[in-house]
This record gives sequence, C-alpha cells and structure tokens, in this order.
Amino acid sequence: MPTDVNTDNVEKVIFDGLVELGTERDELSREASLEDLDVDSLDLVELAQIVEDEFGVELRGDDVKDVKTVGEVIDLVVAKAG
Amino acid sequence: MTRPEGCALITGSSRGIGAATAIALAADGWPVRINYRADEQGAREVAEQITAAGGKARVLQGDVAAAADTETLLEPGEDGPVLVLVNNAGLRLDNLSPQISDEDWARVIDVNLTATFRATRQALGPMLRARFGRVVNVASIVGIRANPGQANYAASKAGVIGFTKTVAQEVARRGVTVNAVAPGFIETALTEEILDNSELVKAIPARRVGTPEDVAACIRFLASEGAGYVTGTTLTVDGGLSA
Repeated sequence: MPTDVNTDNVEKVIFDGLVELGTERDELSREASLEDLDVDSLDLVELAQIVEDEFGVELRGDDVKDVKTVGEVIDLVVAKAG
Repeated sequence: MTRPEGCALITGSSRGIGAATAIALAADGWPVRINYRADEQGAREVAEQITAAGGKARVLQGDVAAAADTETLLEPGEDGPVLVLVNNAGLRLDNLSPQISDEDWARVIDVNLTATFRATRQALGPMLRARFGRVVNVASIVGIRANPGQANYAASKAGVIGFTKTVAQEVARRGVTVNAVAPGFIETALTEEILDNSELVKAIPARRVGTPEDVAACIRFLASEGAGYVTGTTLTVDGGLSA
C-alpha cells in the first residue's frame, strides 16, 4: 500500500533516501542544492525508484532533468501525485 | 557479500537458449520466471523440469514487444524483485535488404532491440536499490560480423551490443553488471533451416554447431556473483567461428 503523498511524508522519504545514497543528514535542507550534495544523475534515478516504491509515483528523465534543489524534488513528487 | 533476495526473469524461455538458461539459473538457486509468448506447453515443461530438480519456477505469458506485458513480467512478486534479467526473446525475418519490408524491419527491431531496452529500463531501478543486478542480453555473432540476408537481425543485435556497453558503464558503480552473449550457430527452432548445411559446419573450427546448453553455461557465469567485475562485455559462444 503506497504511503500517503503529502509534503511531510515526501520530505521524510527524500531525506532518508538521500542519506541512504551517502549524503550527511546535517547537510540536508529543502534549500540544499543537489550539486552541492554531490547528488549525481544515477543518484536521481535511484531516488526516483525510492519514490516509486514508497508512493507509487513514477518520475521519468524529463521530470527530473531541471530540478536543482532538494525542495524542488519534494515539490515535484507532491505535484505528480496530485 | 550475500546475494540479495530476488528472482531471475528469462524472456522467451519456453524452448532453446531461454529454456536451457532458466534451467541453469534455477540450478544456481534463483527462483526463475519462465516467459513465453505462444508456447505455453513448452514453458510448462521447462517449469516442471525445474521443479522436479528442486528449483522454483513461475510461468508467465507475455509478448516482450508489448510494453504493458513487459511491465507485468518485471513486477516485484512473492519471488522478490527481478535481480537477474536475461533478455533472450528474439525473432528473425530474413531477406536480402532490398527485399525487407518496413514491417519486417520494425518487427525485428521491436522484439530484439526495443524490448531489451524496455525490460532493462524497468529492471534497473530495483537492481540499483539492491546494489546487485545482472543483465545478460542475448545478441548474436551476426551483430559483430556480416551474414547476408539478415540486415534487420544484424542491426538489432549490433544495437543490443552497443546498448549493453553503454548501460554497463552507467550503472557499474552500483554493483549492477550488464553483459551480452553472442551465440554463433546454435541448434534451436530459430536456426533449424540454416543448420541443415554440412558446408557451414565445416566452417566452424569446433566442427559442430552449438547447443542451447553451451550458451546457457555462459549466461549462468555472467549472472553469477563471481562475475561481478565483468561488465560491458560481449562473450562470443561460437565454436571459434569469429576468432
């Protein structure tokens, strides 16, 4: 059963996912840039898989190619689910 | 490292190379998903053989050329996510290139190349998360050297080899390997007409055509944990023909 998609849930899953991918938790914020966090394109693919497993929301290449910050990823997932 | 829980999907495994591969991977302890498009009886016989030997097998109908079918074949199930994907389902519609119709061109590219891409795309997400995955694509020596009358097949198989190398580099740092095998002349339903030719056998240094088991043994190796440092390669299985 997919988790309910709201900003708080998505933020938790994205933050946990980024930690799983090697980001330090104390560096995480909505404003943090993916580039500064060393989140590369393959990390984003994996993050998309985490989102799909958790919320049943599919993110494709076109969806994520313009996102620059953690907050933008969160907003994108919430928007796609809506 | 312990092998994560998951299963192996072998497309087109009701007979030939696919069936031999399903049997080989089941012997390595993988629960296998046996896929067929039309030959249900063949698929069930393969599954029975695996079960009788103490392995686990599920039989799944689906046409890899249909995107929705591929999606279903790869869905995580009780046997876990697909962590070994063997893109084997294949088709040849031979003709000299001036005689190849648009339909025969498209059908061969769809089944041999596009379906391989689509299944791999879907399989990679769970493999990346598991930090383990094996994709083995069944190409052909015809994708490496010429064989007049098979321009569409050659283009599809050369495409598979290029696809294999590129994806291998994209995902290598997550413990996921992507390789191809390139069989030469193998005794299968797909090749029985061409192999009825003793002159051709004389041209093979091993002086025999290959068996599905010859190819399955190589796929089994590439799918093993021991092959974790082998990625992006194409292993020819052709009795020395292309050496």
